[in-house]
Amino acid sequence: MKALGWTTLLALAAAAGCARRAPDPLPAEAAGWSKGRTRSFAAAELWRYVDGDAERYLQAGVVRTLAAEYRHRNGSEAAADVHEMSAAAGARRLFESEPAAGSRAIQVGEAGRSYGPSLTFRRGRYFVRLVAYQDSAETAAALIALARAVDERLRGAP
Amino acid sequence: MGRSDASRRRFLGGCLAGLTGGACGQSRGPSGQVKSGPAGGPSRVVIARDPALRAGGGPDGARLGKLLDRLLQAFYGVDNPGEAWRRLVRPGEVIGLKVNCLAGKGASTHPELVEAIMERLQQAGIRARDILVWDRLSEDLESAGYRIATGRDRARVMGNDLLGYEDELSAFGSAASLLAKALTQVCDGVINLPVLKDHGIVGVTLAMKNLFGAVHNPNKYHPNTGDPYVADVYMLPPIRQKVRLTICDAVNGQYEGGPSYMPQWSWPFNGLLAARDPVALDWTGWQILEQERARRGLKPLKDAGREPKWILTAARHGIGTNDPGRIERLEV
Repeated sequence: MKALGWTTLLALAAAAGCARRAPDPLPAEAAGWSKGRTRSFAAAELWRYVDGDAERYLQAGVVRTLAAEYRHRNGSEAAADVHEMSAAAGARRLFESEPAAGSRAIQVGEAGRSYGPSLTFRRGRYFVRLVAYQDSAETAAALIALARAVDERLRGAP
Repeated sequence: MGRSDASRRRFLGGCLAGLTGGACGQSRGPSGQVKSGPAGGPSRVVIARDPALRAGGGPDGARLGKLLDRLLQAFYGVDNPGEAWRRLVRPGEVIGLKVNCLAGKGASTHPELVEAIMERLQQAGIRARDILVWDRLSEDLESAGYRIATGRDRARVMGNDLLGYEDELSAFGSAASLLAKALTQVCDGVINLPVLKDHGIVGVTLAMKNLFGAVHNPNKYHPNTGDPYVADVYMLPPIRQKVRLTICDAVNGQYEGGPSYMPQWSWPFNGLLAARDPVALDWTGWQILEQERARRGLKPLKDAGREPKWILTAARHGIGTNDPGRIERLEV
Protein backbone atom coordinates (compact mmCIF):
# COMPACT_ATOMS: atom_id res chain seq x y z
CA MET A 1 0.00 0.00 0.00
CA LYS A 2 2.86 2.27 0.94
CA ALA A 3 4.61 1.44 -2.33
CA LEU A 4 1.44 2.12 -4.25
CA GLY A 5 1.19 5.51 -2.53
CA TRP A 6 4.68 6.48 -3.63
CA THR A 7 4.00 5.27 -7.16
CA THR A 8 0.87 7.36 -7.28
CA LEU A 9 2.71 10.39 -5.96
CA LEU A 10 5.50 9.98 -8.51
CA ALA A 11 2.98 9.64 -11.32
CA LEU A 12 1.18 12.76 -10.17
CA ALA A 13 4.48 14.62 -9.89
CA ALA A 14 5.48 13.55 -13.40
CA ALA A 15 2.11 14.60 -14.75
CA ALA A 16 2.43 17.95 -13.01
CA GLY A 17 5.90 18.39 -14.52
CA CYS A 18 4.53 17.74 -18.00
CA ALA A 19 1.69 20.13 -17.40
CA ARG A 20 4.12 22.92 -16.52
CA ARG A 21 5.86 22.67 -19.86
CA ALA A 22 4.50 24.61 -22.85
CA PRO A 23 3.09 21.98 -25.25
CA ASP A 24 4.72 23.26 -28.43
CA PRO A 25 5.66 26.91 -28.66
CA LEU A 26 6.35 26.65 -32.38
CA PRO A 27 3.13 27.05 -34.37
CA ALA A 28 2.41 24.84 -37.37
CA GLU A 29 1.16 27.84 -39.34
CA ALA A 30 1.55 31.52 -38.55
CA ALA A 31 1.74 34.78 -40.46
CA GLY A 32 2.40 33.08 -43.78
CA TRP A 33 4.96 30.67 -42.34
CA SER A 34 4.59 26.88 -42.40
CA LYS A 35 6.56 24.67 -40.10
CA GLY A 36 8.67 21.85 -41.48
CA ARG A 37 10.95 19.48 -39.62
CA THR A 38 11.00 19.94 -35.85
CA ARG A 39 13.59 18.49 -33.55
CA SER A 40 13.92 18.42 -29.77
CA PHE A 41 17.21 18.22 -27.91
CA ALA A 42 17.62 17.57 -24.21
CA ALA A 43 20.42 19.53 -22.58
CA ALA A 44 22.84 16.61 -22.66
CA GLU A 45 22.25 16.16 -26.38
CA LEU A 46 22.33 19.81 -27.42
CA TRP A 47 25.86 19.46 -28.77
CA ARG A 48 24.47 17.27 -31.51
CA TYR A 49 22.60 20.32 -32.77
CA VAL A 50 25.02 23.14 -32.00
CA ASP A 51 28.34 21.55 -31.11
CA GLY A 52 30.69 24.24 -29.94
CA ASP A 53 27.82 26.57 -29.21
CA ALA A 54 26.08 24.29 -26.72
CA GLU A 55 28.30 25.16 -23.77
CA ARG A 56 27.00 28.66 -23.29
CA TYR A 57 23.42 27.40 -23.27
CA LEU A 58 24.37 24.71 -20.78
CA GLN A 59 26.06 27.26 -18.55
CA ALA A 60 22.88 29.32 -18.63
CA GLY A 61 20.80 26.32 -17.55
CA VAL A 62 19.15 25.07 -20.73
CA VAL A 63 16.72 22.21 -20.16
CA ARG A 64 15.78 21.48 -23.75
CA THR A 65 15.85 23.09 -27.16
CA LEU A 66 13.20 22.90 -29.84
CA ALA A 67 14.41 23.58 -33.37
CA ALA A 68 12.12 23.95 -36.36
CA GLU A 69 12.46 24.86 -40.00
CA TYR A 70 9.97 27.28 -41.52
CA ARG A 71 9.11 28.28 -45.05
CA HIS A 72 7.17 31.43 -45.87
CA ARG A 73 4.62 31.59 -48.65
CA ASN A 74 6.94 34.10 -50.40
CA GLY A 75 9.67 31.45 -50.50
CA SER A 76 11.78 32.68 -47.59
CA GLU A 77 13.20 30.10 -45.24
CA ALA A 78 13.98 30.41 -41.56
CA ALA A 79 15.16 28.44 -38.57
CA ALA A 80 13.52 28.81 -35.18
CA ASP A 81 15.12 27.77 -31.90
CA VAL A 82 13.29 27.87 -28.59
CA HIS A 83 15.62 27.29 -25.66
CA GLU A 84 13.80 26.37 -22.48
CA MET A 85 15.91 27.31 -19.48
CA SER A 86 15.61 26.15 -15.89
CA ALA A 87 14.92 29.73 -14.79
CA ALA A 88 14.17 33.13 -16.30
CA ALA A 89 17.62 34.31 -15.25
CA GLY A 90 19.13 31.93 -17.78
CA ALA A 91 17.07 33.34 -20.63
CA ARG A 92 17.99 36.86 -19.57
CA ARG A 93 21.68 35.93 -19.39
CA LEU A 94 21.67 34.53 -22.91
CA PHE A 95 19.78 37.48 -24.32
CA GLU A 96 22.06 40.02 -22.72
CA SER A 97 25.27 38.16 -23.56
CA GLU A 98 24.84 38.82 -27.27
CA PRO A 99 26.06 42.08 -28.80
CA ALA A 100 23.25 44.54 -29.42
CA ALA A 101 25.24 46.52 -31.98
CA GLY A 102 23.38 46.76 -35.25
CA SER A 103 20.06 45.73 -33.74
CA ARG A 104 16.86 47.57 -32.88
CA ALA A 105 14.52 46.83 -30.00
CA ILE A 106 11.25 45.13 -30.93
CA GLN A 107 8.07 44.72 -28.93
CA VAL A 108 8.20 40.97 -28.67
CA GLY A 109 8.49 39.01 -25.44
CA GLU A 110 9.84 40.73 -22.36
CA ALA A 111 12.75 42.01 -24.41
CA GLY A 112 13.51 41.56 -28.08
CA ARG A 113 16.00 42.62 -30.73
CA SER A 114 15.84 42.51 -34.48
CA TYR A 115 19.04 42.36 -36.49
CA GLY A 116 17.15 42.28 -39.77
CA PRO A 117 17.59 38.71 -40.99
CA SER A 118 17.58 37.39 -37.43
CA LEU A 119 16.05 38.24 -34.09
CA THR A 120 16.13 37.15 -30.48
CA PHE A 121 13.70 37.60 -27.65
CA ARG A 122 13.09 36.24 -24.19
CA ARG A 123 9.89 35.46 -22.35
CA GLY A 124 10.08 34.00 -18.84
CA ARG A 125 12.50 31.10 -18.95
CA TYR A 126 12.43 30.87 -22.75
CA PHE A 127 15.07 32.31 -25.04
CA VAL A 128 14.09 32.35 -28.70
CA ARG A 129 16.15 32.88 -31.83
CA LEU A 130 14.75 33.15 -35.34
CA VAL A 131 17.13 33.24 -38.30
CA ALA A 132 16.15 33.82 -41.92
CA TYR A 133 18.27 32.80 -44.88
CA GLN A 134 17.22 35.77 -46.98
CA ASP A 135 18.04 39.34 -46.13
CA SER A 136 15.26 41.75 -47.08
CA ALA A 137 12.95 44.17 -45.33
CA GLU A 138 10.01 41.92 -46.20
CA THR A 139 11.67 38.90 -44.60
CA ALA A 140 12.62 40.90 -41.52
CA ALA A 141 8.99 41.96 -41.06
CA ALA A 142 7.76 38.41 -41.62
CA LEU A 143 10.25 37.16 -39.03
CA ILE A 144 8.88 39.57 -36.44
CA ALA A 145 5.36 38.36 -37.20
CA LEU A 146 6.48 34.77 -36.62
CA ALA A 147 8.19 35.84 -33.39
CA ARG A 148 4.92 37.35 -32.16
CA ALA A 149 3.12 34.08 -32.88
CA VAL A 150 5.73 32.14 -30.92
CA ASP A 151 5.60 34.65 -28.11
CA GLU A 152 1.83 34.33 -27.94
CA ARG A 153 2.21 30.62 -27.29
CA LEU A 154 4.82 31.23 -24.62
CA ARG A 155 2.63 33.69 -22.71
CA GLY A 156 1.50 32.04 -19.55
CA ALA A 157 3.90 29.14 -20.01
CA PRO A 158 5.57 28.32 -16.70
CA MET B 1 55.77 24.95 -57.86
CA GLY B 2 56.00 21.34 -58.95
CA ARG B 3 59.42 20.98 -57.45
CA SER B 4 58.47 22.61 -54.18
CA ASP B 5 55.37 20.41 -54.04
CA ALA B 6 57.51 17.36 -54.45
CA SER B 7 59.89 18.44 -51.74
CA ARG B 8 56.91 19.25 -49.52
CA ARG B 9 55.53 15.78 -50.06
CA ARG B 10 58.90 14.30 -49.16
CA PHE B 11 59.02 16.48 -46.08
CA LEU B 12 55.51 15.59 -44.95
CA GLY B 13 56.22 11.95 -45.65
CA GLY B 14 59.18 12.16 -43.35
CA CYS B 15 57.08 13.78 -40.68
CA LEU B 16 54.36 11.20 -40.99
CA ALA B 17 56.85 8.37 -40.82
CA GLY B 18 57.80 9.56 -37.37
CA LEU B 19 54.37 10.54 -36.22
CA THR B 20 54.84 10.01 -32.53
CA GLY B 21 54.48 13.56 -31.42
CA GLY B 22 57.83 14.96 -32.41
CA ALA B 23 57.82 18.09 -34.50
CA CYS B 24 59.58 18.45 -37.80
CA GLY B 25 62.58 20.65 -37.29
CA GLN B 26 61.27 23.79 -35.72
CA SER B 27 62.39 26.83 -33.83
CA ARG B 28 60.47 29.52 -32.03
CA GLY B 29 60.13 32.96 -33.50
CA PRO B 30 60.19 36.09 -31.38
CA SER B 31 56.41 36.42 -31.10
CA GLY B 32 55.20 32.87 -30.61
CA GLN B 33 55.36 31.86 -34.24
CA VAL B 34 56.86 28.46 -34.80
CA LYS B 35 59.24 28.27 -37.70
CA SER B 36 58.33 24.81 -38.85
CA GLY B 37 57.23 23.62 -42.21
CA PRO B 38 58.70 22.43 -45.42
CA ALA B 39 62.37 23.11 -45.82
CA GLY B 40 61.84 23.57 -49.56
CA GLY B 41 59.80 26.73 -49.24
CA PRO B 42 57.03 28.54 -47.48
CA SER B 43 53.49 27.26 -47.04
CA ARG B 44 51.35 28.67 -49.80
CA VAL B 45 47.92 30.03 -49.00
CA VAL B 46 45.95 31.24 -52.01
CA ILE B 47 42.99 33.55 -51.65
CA ALA B 48 40.75 33.92 -54.72
CA ARG B 49 37.92 36.45 -54.71
CA ASP B 50 35.20 37.56 -57.09
CA PRO B 51 33.18 40.61 -56.08
CA ALA B 52 30.41 39.57 -58.50
CA LEU B 53 30.17 36.04 -57.11
CA ARG B 54 26.60 36.34 -55.91
CA ALA B 55 23.35 35.76 -57.74
CA GLY B 56 20.51 36.65 -55.42
CA GLY B 57 21.16 35.29 -51.96
CA GLY B 58 23.73 32.62 -52.78
CA PRO B 59 26.74 32.14 -54.99
CA ASP B 60 26.41 31.88 -58.76
CA GLY B 61 27.43 28.30 -59.48
CA ALA B 62 29.16 29.08 -62.77
CA ARG B 63 31.17 31.95 -61.31
CA LEU B 64 32.05 29.85 -58.29
CA GLY B 65 33.39 27.16 -60.59
CA LYS B 66 35.57 29.68 -62.39
CA LEU B 67 36.79 31.03 -59.06
CA LEU B 68 37.66 27.50 -58.00
CA ASP B 69 39.66 27.01 -61.20
CA ARG B 70 41.55 30.26 -60.61
CA LEU B 71 42.25 29.19 -57.04
CA LEU B 72 43.64 25.78 -57.94
CA GLN B 73 45.66 27.03 -60.89
CA ALA B 74 47.31 29.60 -58.67
CA PHE B 75 47.86 27.11 -55.89
CA TYR B 76 49.60 24.59 -58.13
CA GLY B 77 51.11 27.19 -60.44
CA VAL B 78 49.70 25.56 -63.57
CA ASP B 79 48.10 26.88 -66.74
CA ASN B 80 44.86 24.93 -66.65
CA PRO B 81 42.66 23.64 -63.87
CA GLY B 82 42.64 20.07 -65.14
CA GLU B 83 46.34 19.78 -64.47
CA ALA B 84 45.82 21.05 -60.94
CA TRP B 85 43.23 18.39 -60.18
CA ARG B 86 45.39 15.67 -61.72
CA ARG B 87 48.09 16.61 -59.24
CA LEU B 88 45.65 16.16 -56.40
CA VAL B 89 43.96 12.86 -57.28
CA ARG B 90 44.50 9.73 -59.33
CA PRO B 91 41.88 7.69 -61.18
CA GLY B 92 40.71 4.74 -59.12
CA GLU B 93 40.99 6.54 -55.81
CA VAL B 94 38.05 7.18 -53.52
CA ILE B 95 38.01 10.84 -52.64
CA GLY B 96 36.18 12.26 -49.65
CA LEU B 97 34.89 15.80 -49.46
CA LYS B 98 34.66 16.74 -45.79
CA VAL B 99 32.12 19.51 -45.68
CA ASN B 100 31.04 21.57 -42.67
CA CYS B 101 27.27 21.57 -42.29
CA LEU B 102 26.66 22.04 -38.59
CA ALA B 103 25.23 25.54 -39.03
CA GLY B 104 22.62 24.73 -41.67
CA LYS B 105 22.13 26.66 -44.87
CA GLY B 106 23.55 29.98 -43.79
CA ALA B 107 27.07 29.07 -42.73
CA SER B 108 27.88 25.70 -44.23
CA THR B 109 29.95 24.56 -47.18
CA HIS B 110 27.90 25.60 -50.18
CA PRO B 111 26.50 22.73 -52.28
CA GLU B 112 27.42 24.80 -55.35
CA LEU B 113 31.08 24.54 -54.36
CA VAL B 114 30.82 20.81 -53.76
CA GLU B 115 29.14 20.33 -57.13
CA ALA B 116 31.93 22.25 -58.85
CA ILE B 117 34.56 20.12 -57.11
CA MET B 118 32.76 16.89 -57.97
CA GLU B 119 32.58 17.91 -61.61
CA ARG B 120 36.31 18.60 -61.71
CA LEU B 121 37.18 15.40 -59.86
CA GLN B 122 35.33 13.45 -62.51
CA GLN B 123 37.12 15.37 -65.25
CA ALA B 124 40.35 14.28 -63.54
CA GLY B 125 39.30 10.64 -63.81
CA ILE B 126 37.59 9.99 -60.48
CA ARG B 127 34.40 8.01 -60.97
CA ALA B 128 31.27 9.53 -59.50
CA ARG B 129 30.75 6.46 -57.33
CA ASP B 130 34.24 7.02 -55.87
CA ILE B 131 33.30 10.39 -54.44
CA LEU B 132 31.95 10.63 -50.91
CA VAL B 133 30.58 13.87 -49.48
CA TRP B 134 30.51 13.40 -45.74
CA ASP B 135 30.06 15.10 -42.44
CA ARG B 136 29.17 14.26 -38.87
CA LEU B 137 25.43 13.66 -39.25
CA SER B 138 23.21 13.05 -42.25
CA GLU B 139 20.70 15.50 -40.84
CA ASP B 140 23.41 18.19 -40.76
CA LEU B 141 23.97 17.57 -44.47
CA GLU B 142 20.26 17.79 -45.17
CA SER B 143 19.96 21.00 -43.17
CA ALA B 144 22.65 22.55 -45.34
CA GLY B 145 20.83 21.65 -48.54
CA TYR B 146 22.43 18.31 -49.47
CA ARG B 147 20.41 15.28 -50.45
CA ILE B 148 21.49 12.04 -48.80
CA ALA B 149 22.63 9.47 -51.37
CA THR B 150 23.75 6.01 -50.33
CA GLY B 151 23.65 4.06 -53.59
CA ARG B 152 26.94 2.66 -54.84
CA ASP B 153 26.27 3.62 -58.46
CA ARG B 154 26.78 7.36 -57.96
CA ALA B 155 28.42 9.89 -55.69
CA ARG B 156 27.48 9.28 -52.10
CA VAL B 157 26.39 11.88 -49.59
CA MET B 158 26.29 10.50 -46.06
CA GLY B 159 26.91 11.27 -42.44
CA ASN B 160 28.96 9.34 -39.94
CA ASP B 161 25.71 8.13 -38.45
CA LEU B 162 25.28 5.97 -41.56
CA LEU B 163 28.92 5.08 -42.18
CA GLY B 164 29.90 4.42 -38.58
CA TYR B 165 33.02 4.74 -36.48
CA GLU B 166 35.95 2.46 -35.79
CA ASP B 167 35.70 0.23 -32.72
CA GLU B 168 39.16 1.07 -31.42
CA LEU B 169 40.18 4.43 -30.03
CA SER B 170 42.83 6.49 -31.78
CA ALA B 171 44.84 8.67 -29.46
CA PHE B 172 47.29 11.51 -29.50
CA GLY B 173 48.05 13.74 -26.52
CA SER B 174 44.75 14.93 -25.10
CA ALA B 175 42.70 13.36 -27.88
CA ALA B 176 41.21 9.87 -27.73
CA SER B 177 38.44 9.22 -30.22
CA LEU B 178 36.77 6.74 -32.45
CA LEU B 179 37.50 7.83 -35.99
CA ALA B 180 34.89 7.94 -38.71
CA LYS B 181 35.06 5.03 -41.15
CA ALA B 182 34.56 7.54 -43.93
CA LEU B 183 38.08 8.65 -43.19
CA THR B 184 39.72 5.39 -42.15
CA GLN B 185 38.09 2.86 -44.48
CA VAL B 186 36.24 4.50 -47.32
CA CYS B 187 38.46 7.29 -48.59
CA ASP B 188 41.95 7.17 -50.04
CA GLY B 189 42.24 10.92 -49.86
CA VAL B 190 40.23 13.78 -48.40
CA ILE B 191 39.69 17.35 -49.51
CA ASN B 192 38.78 19.40 -46.46
CA LEU B 193 36.05 21.99 -47.09
CA PRO B 194 35.54 24.17 -44.01
CA VAL B 195 33.94 27.59 -43.91
CA LEU B 196 35.39 30.91 -42.76
CA LYS B 197 33.89 31.62 -39.38
CA ASP B 198 34.15 32.60 -35.80
CA HIS B 199 33.75 30.11 -32.97
CA GLY B 200 32.36 31.17 -29.61
CA ILE B 201 34.71 28.92 -27.65
CA VAL B 202 37.80 28.07 -29.69
CA GLY B 203 38.05 31.40 -31.51
CA VAL B 204 37.83 30.33 -35.11
CA THR B 205 36.70 27.21 -36.93
CA LEU B 206 38.55 26.58 -40.17
CA ALA B 207 40.70 23.73 -41.52
CA MET B 208 41.79 21.85 -38.40
CA LYS B 209 38.60 22.32 -36.41
CA ASN B 210 36.58 20.88 -39.30
CA LEU B 211 38.11 17.49 -38.55
CA PHE B 212 36.13 17.41 -35.32
CA GLY B 213 33.55 16.01 -37.69
CA ALA B 214 35.73 12.92 -38.09
CA VAL B 215 35.59 11.88 -34.43
CA HIS B 216 32.75 10.53 -32.31
CA ASN B 217 33.21 12.84 -29.34
CA PRO B 218 33.86 16.43 -30.51
CA ASN B 219 31.89 17.77 -27.55
CA LYS B 220 34.75 16.69 -25.27
CA TYR B 221 37.28 18.93 -26.96
CA HIS B 222 36.15 22.46 -26.24
CA PRO B 223 37.69 23.25 -22.82
CA ASN B 224 40.56 25.75 -22.62
CA THR B 225 39.53 27.37 -25.91
CA GLY B 226 40.20 24.08 -27.67
CA ASP B 227 43.88 24.03 -26.83
CA PRO B 228 45.50 21.54 -27.34
CA TYR B 229 42.52 19.48 -28.45
CA VAL B 230 42.09 20.87 -31.96
CA ALA B 231 45.79 20.33 -32.69
CA ASP B 232 45.85 16.91 -31.03
CA VAL B 233 42.87 15.63 -33.01
CA TYR B 234 44.55 16.74 -36.22
CA MET B 235 47.62 14.71 -35.21
CA LEU B 236 45.68 11.44 -35.41
CA PRO B 237 47.50 9.62 -38.21
CA PRO B 238 44.60 8.96 -40.63
CA ILE B 239 43.77 12.64 -40.62
CA ARG B 240 47.30 13.76 -41.41
CA GLN B 241 47.81 10.99 -43.90
CA LYS B 242 44.63 11.47 -45.88
CA VAL B 243 43.77 15.16 -45.90
CA ARG B 244 45.49 16.40 -49.06
CA LEU B 245 44.19 19.91 -49.45
CA THR B 246 41.95 22.39 -47.71
CA ILE B 247 39.63 24.57 -49.74
CA CYS B 248 37.92 27.00 -47.41
CA ASP B 249 34.49 28.21 -48.47
CA ALA B 250 34.70 31.93 -47.81
CA VAL B 251 31.74 32.99 -49.92
CA ASN B 252 30.57 34.41 -46.60
CA GLY B 253 32.62 35.08 -43.54
CA GLN B 254 31.25 35.19 -40.01
CA TYR B 255 33.26 37.24 -37.52
CA GLU B 256 31.14 36.76 -34.37
CA GLY B 257 28.58 34.39 -32.89
CA GLY B 258 29.79 31.17 -34.50
CA PRO B 259 29.67 28.32 -35.04
CA SER B 260 25.89 28.74 -35.42
CA TYR B 261 24.75 30.89 -38.32
CA MET B 262 24.30 34.52 -37.30
CA PRO B 263 23.51 36.61 -40.38
CA GLN B 264 23.92 39.83 -38.44
CA TRP B 265 27.62 39.04 -37.92
CA SER B 266 28.32 37.72 -41.41
CA TRP B 267 29.67 39.55 -44.40
CA PRO B 268 30.19 38.73 -48.07
CA PHE B 269 33.85 37.82 -48.47
CA ASN B 270 33.13 36.38 -51.93
CA GLY B 271 36.15 34.13 -51.90
CA LEU B 272 37.84 30.78 -51.50
CA LEU B 273 41.09 29.91 -49.74
CA ALA B 274 43.34 26.96 -50.53
CA ALA B 275 46.29 25.49 -48.68
CA ARG B 276 47.96 22.21 -48.11
CA ASP B 277 49.22 23.41 -44.72
CA PRO B 278 46.19 23.62 -42.39
CA VAL B 279 48.08 25.67 -39.82
CA ALA B 280 48.96 28.31 -42.39
CA LEU B 281 45.38 28.36 -43.61
CA ASP B 282 43.97 28.65 -40.11
CA TRP B 283 46.40 31.42 -39.21
CA THR B 284 45.52 33.31 -42.40
CA GLY B 285 41.76 32.83 -41.90
CA TRP B 286 42.09 33.98 -38.30
CA GLN B 287 43.75 37.20 -39.45
CA ILE B 288 40.96 37.82 -41.97
CA LEU B 289 38.37 37.42 -39.22
CA GLU B 290 40.35 39.67 -36.87
CA GLN B 291 40.50 42.38 -39.54
CA GLU B 292 36.75 42.24 -39.97
CA ARG B 293 36.21 42.32 -36.19
CA ALA B 294 38.44 45.39 -35.95
CA ARG B 295 36.58 47.04 -38.81
CA ARG B 296 33.32 46.46 -36.95
CA GLY B 297 34.70 47.74 -33.65
CA LEU B 298 34.83 44.35 -31.93
CA LYS B 299 37.60 43.31 -29.57
CA PRO B 300 40.35 41.03 -30.83
CA LEU B 301 39.73 37.39 -29.98
CA LYS B 302 42.55 37.49 -27.44
CA ASP B 303 40.75 40.24 -25.50
CA ALA B 304 37.48 38.35 -25.90
CA GLY B 305 39.10 35.41 -24.08
CA ARG B 306 39.15 33.05 -27.04
CA GLU B 307 42.41 33.45 -28.85
CA PRO B 308 42.91 30.28 -30.91
CA LYS B 309 46.08 29.17 -29.14
CA TRP B 310 45.68 25.73 -30.62
CA ILE B 311 47.06 27.13 -33.88
CA LEU B 312 50.37 27.69 -32.12
CA THR B 313 50.14 24.23 -30.56
CA ALA B 314 49.54 22.74 -34.01
CA ALA B 315 52.62 24.53 -35.30
CA ARG B 316 54.61 23.14 -32.37
CA HIS B 317 53.34 19.67 -33.26
CA GLY B 318 54.84 20.19 -36.71
CA ILE B 319 51.57 20.12 -38.58
CA GLY B 320 52.51 23.35 -40.34
CA THR B 321 53.57 26.89 -39.76
CA ASN B 322 51.95 29.90 -38.14
CA ASP B 323 54.92 32.10 -38.96
CA PRO B 324 53.79 34.81 -41.40
CA GLY B 325 57.34 34.98 -42.67
CA ARG B 326 56.96 31.41 -43.89
CA ILE B 327 53.46 31.73 -45.25
CA GLU B 328 53.29 32.70 -48.91
CA ARG B 329 49.98 34.51 -49.12
CA LEU B 330 48.90 34.83 -52.72
CA GLU B 331 45.77 36.77 -53.67
CA VAL B 332 44.31 36.19 -57.12
